[in-house]
Amino acid sequence: MTDTLSIRRVSASPDAYIPISALRSGGPTYAKLVDIGACIGCKGCEVACKEWNDLGVEPTANFGSYQSHRDLSPKTWLLMRFNEVEVDGNLNWLIKKDACLHCEEPGCLFACPAPGAIVQYTNGIVDFNQENCIGCQYCVTGCPFDIPRFDAATRKVSKCNMCVDRVEVGLEPACVKTCPTNAISWGSKRDMLALADQKVETLNARGYENAAVYNPAGVGGTHMMYVVPHGDRLGDYSLPSDPTASPAPMTALGFMKRMGAYLMGFGVLGTLVHFLRYGPERLEEHGGHGDGPAREVPSA
Amino acid sequence: MASLAATFGRGAMTNHWKDIKNTDVILVMGANPAENHPCGFKWAVEARDHRGAKLLTIDPRFTRTSAVADRHMQIRPGSDIAVLGGLIRYALENDLHHADYVRAHTNATFVVGEEYGFADGLFAGFDEAAGNYDKTAWDYERGPDGYVRRDPALEHPRSVFQLLKQHYDRYTPDVVADVAGCSAEEFLRMAEIICSTGRADRVGTIMYAVGWTMHTVGSQIIRTAAILQLLLGNIGRPGGGINALRGHANVQGATDHAIVAGILPGYLKVPTPPQASLAAHLRDSTPRPLVADTVNYWGNYPKFYVSQMKAWFGGQATRDNDFAYHYLAKQDGDATWLSIWDKAHQGTLEGFVALGFNPLLAGPDVPRLLDAMSKLKWKVVIDPFMLDSAEFWKAPGMDPAQIDTEVLYLPSSHWIERDGSFTNSGRWAQWKEKAIDPPIGVRADTWILSELFWRVKELYQAEGGAWNDAIQHLTWDYLNPREPTMVELAKEINGYDRRTGRLLSSFGELADDGTTASGNWIYTGSFTEAGNQMQRRGTADPTGLGMHHDWAFSWPANRRVLYNRASADAEGRPWDPGRAGIAWNGREWIGDVPDYGRTTPPDAAGAFIMTEEGVARLFSSHLADGPFSEHYEPVESPSPNVMHDNVPINPVIRWYDGVRESLATGDDDFPYACTVYRVVEREHFVTSNVPYLVEAMPDFFVELPEGLAAEKGIPNGSQVRVWSKRGEVQGTAIVTKRIKPLRVNGKVVWTVGIPVHWGFVGLTQGSMANLLTPFVGDANTRCPEFKSFLVNVERA
Repeated sequence: MTDTLSIRRVSASPDAYIPISALRSGGPTYAKLVDIGACIGCKGCEVACKEWNDLGVEPTANFGSYQSHRDLSPKTWLLMRFNEVEVDGNLNWLIKKDACLHCEEPGCLFACPAPGAIVQYTNGIVDFNQENCIGCQYCVTGCPFDIPRFDAATRKVSKCNMCVDRVEVGLEPACVKTCPTNAISWGSKRDMLALADQKVETLNARGYENAAVYNPAGVGGTHMMYVVPHGDRLGDYSLPSDPTASPAPMTALGFMKRMGAYLMGFGVLGTLVHFLRYGPERLEEHGGHGDGPAREVPSA
Repeated sequence: MASLAATFGRGAMTNHWKDIKNTDVILVMGANPAENHPCGFKWAVEARDHRGAKLLTIDPRFTRTSAVADRHMQIRPGSDIAVLGGLIRYALENDLHHADYVRAHTNATFVVGEEYGFADGLFAGFDEAAGNYDKTAWDYERGPDGYVRRDPALEHPRSVFQLLKQHYDRYTPDVVADVAGCSAEEFLRMAEIICSTGRADRVGTIMYAVGWTMHTVGSQIIRTAAILQLLLGNIGRPGGGINALRGHANVQGATDHAIVAGILPGYLKVPTPPQASLAAHLRDSTPRPLVADTVNYWGNYPKFYVSQMKAWFGGQATRDNDFAYHYLAKQDGDATWLSIWDKAHQGTLEGFVALGFNPLLAGPDVPRLLDAMSKLKWKVVIDPFMLDSAEFWKAPGMDPAQIDTEVLYLPSSHWIERDGSFTNSGRWAQWKEKAIDPPIGVRADTWILSELFWRVKELYQAEGGAWNDAIQHLTWDYLNPREPTMVELAKEINGYDRRTGRLLSSFGELADDGTTASGNWIYTGSFTEAGNQMQRRGTADPTGLGMHHDWAFSWPANRRVLYNRASADAEGRPWDPGRAGIAWNGREWIGDVPDYGRTTPPDAAGAFIMTEEGVARLFSSHLADGPFSEHYEPVESPSPNVMHDNVPINPVIRWYDGVRESLATGDDDFPYACTVYRVVEREHFVTSNVPYLVEAMPDFFVELPEGLAAEKGIPNGSQVRVWSKRGEVQGTAIVTKRIKPLRVNGKVVWTVGIPVHWGFVGLTQGSMANLLTPFVGDANTRCPEFKSFLVNVERA
């Protein structure tokens, strides 16, 4: 089981960055497949998520919708969104399970400046480690799906971790386990892609000509994918049609880090030269001694 | 349930949950299984995605079931019979009915007596003064042999088939559209799909729930659906049936064990005062065959009845004392829900014990119920949670100083805190284990009821009193008589041979001579010498149809599909070999446990063994309001009855005092149709104690169509007030596209929707939906009319 938790990427650590191609031979990569056409919006997954992850109750008030909360929050990692849309004169009640998509190219991780605050396991799960989170919220802006949420009280950001503690011991995530209509499937990414294709065929046969798999290439694909009955109306499901994220910030970070190291090296060298030339400084003249910059933080 | 028994002989879901995967067309009407039966609903999704079944919803609202359906049609609350009647006409008019099935397995061939007729909204035999029918006017015509005359050609003008055709001929697509508010085209598109199943190689199912039963014509709505399914040849077949979806995990079990007034466990009858002896009761309760070739299984009624009395009174029930017949209360009048509360309202009911439910929130016309409860001398509430019913004196607007009722609340353990069995919709009795211990001081219902029994018995012993013998002689011989175990009770229900103590394996072994005891004959076979059959968890499925005969126990006799003899033709060949229920192999029936003798040849008797006709009843004299169904408007309706304005509503409704005055009478003060329902996040009222579920659906709300909200200046999310002639509620407006305006009888009708889950006790408080509903019920069952009434609306 431990291989499922071998790390692929760690935030703010360029040396852990390995090209995707080099990782293909690793352990299994998992994926969750959400069949929107089979989802009845019962919120069983929403409650299971809260229970398993011990998120606690967030007081809610009906705001004119079946939707329980207006938005995701640090205590609500999974939210069923409800949207009434008329397509060709037919009413559709679009119900979407909104939660982290676990991108292959995770914009949150790329944007994160805190070492180890965000990790991506080789099994595909992108996990936040709040102990290392510095509360800068760069991940929030880095996410093309608007998923991570900042908790002002704890100054930490959180989101769905795909029940990594369950997956690690061979269980499916809590939302998958609880779904009564089998609208959420769980398995290897390859199997889920094959299943998704079958589901699209079924939808096509039922008259949904534009049914599609949502596994956007701009983020390298995702480990939570959707089967979308109206694939031509992604906006109605609040799904961006062309989300992107790239490891560029991390590459830049690596460059900056090296620059920082060089600068620090130059600093030490300069100090040595200064010492050799002028001798030791008297402490009472300065409160302490300065460090060279250990690292630079890239801008978002 | 009443109407299924009136049609088929048993009142239960004909098929079972997993069987829904075998269907070609699913009509969901009077139900919302995605929201109220989400786990079972997976089989509808399975059929849709893996069989290519069509999933259809017909409902006053576009529900979460509609969200995953192939097609939805909106109708006005209370127009179901018109729609279903239209489907019957469509099937007959277009020759889409399953003719061979109808001839073999229904009473289409039976000839009805000359007295029968239907004119201007009334069936023959109507007694206006009494407000009921003399049902002898609906009798069959007898031949010289004393049996019913039959016409296999179906041409006799008084054959059931011809009468049926004539009766439903009035339900044209235009009439359907006029009554229900859908368009005729929309209706015809639905009809085409639904009636495509009237062929041997296709089969369709109907899923319904309390959206049908909770009407003044509830039983007749279900009758109409049952007639349709019989015409299409869909009863008794895997993938078919008329499937009553039960709400709570054990509603079927509770019904089987006599939760409904007027029955004893196993659907035996409560004796009545005119039945002065056991013989008289058995004579009235045991049906006699109407044709020569019927099994008429209810003919065994005396065996079931006497065995039940032996289970209850043991050695004290002897032939000499009519098997303790005189120890049972004789039901004088009507003990249905509405009648009980009417008595309380009249001040003639002294006390009330509410065990495991919340009557204040579960009944209609809450203002009347509050008044009724205030007139009780005492009230006992036994429940795991403190309930609104226990604290009715705290309801908004109540003045506790004016109420003298003594209320006792006994905390009881929750089902999660004890073992036992659940019987699901599909009649599968499944044993379950206790998951956690109850809190300290909290007792199981079995302890509470045993204590109650012993203390009453001791009081009787000390002081004597009326009917002492019945109390003293009741059998209570459990290992710990102060708290019987569930296993002891299950064995007693199953039944045993009183001479040897051997547990019986089939109700075929029951006798009427006092040698057998059985608490509930339909459960015989559930706990045998081979062990607790309800505890079995074998997953083998040799038929591939999801019957799973080694999983739990399905009453009766571990049969998975009721009336499965009708899944085969007259010669015993399955209509669809790919979905065979049972098949005759020349020597015996194979497949499901046959609803027929295992070695009885196919032509020996009719397929429906529980009717005295031997076949299913398209025409049935077993209901109070007609042998066929008829569209009557709800007692509060936004429209006149376009079919017969002189008889607008069900003519045999029972009216309680003061109720007529509490109804809106077609004036403009209450212009909107209203219906109440449940949502998936909540389960009745108990979930108001579950924080995560309260979070998922926090507040009482009112669903309003967009157009009506615009007209009334009600923005989405604002507070809105809704009132009927009986009470008012206030909640958050959900302005929606999912309810459209309907054109009913030339007039635009708006529908407003209200959920039932809120009260004044629990984590969140909200208006009680039943503040609005009328105190009137079904003409047969008195099941209250929760589903269609009139209201007005404004921004709060």
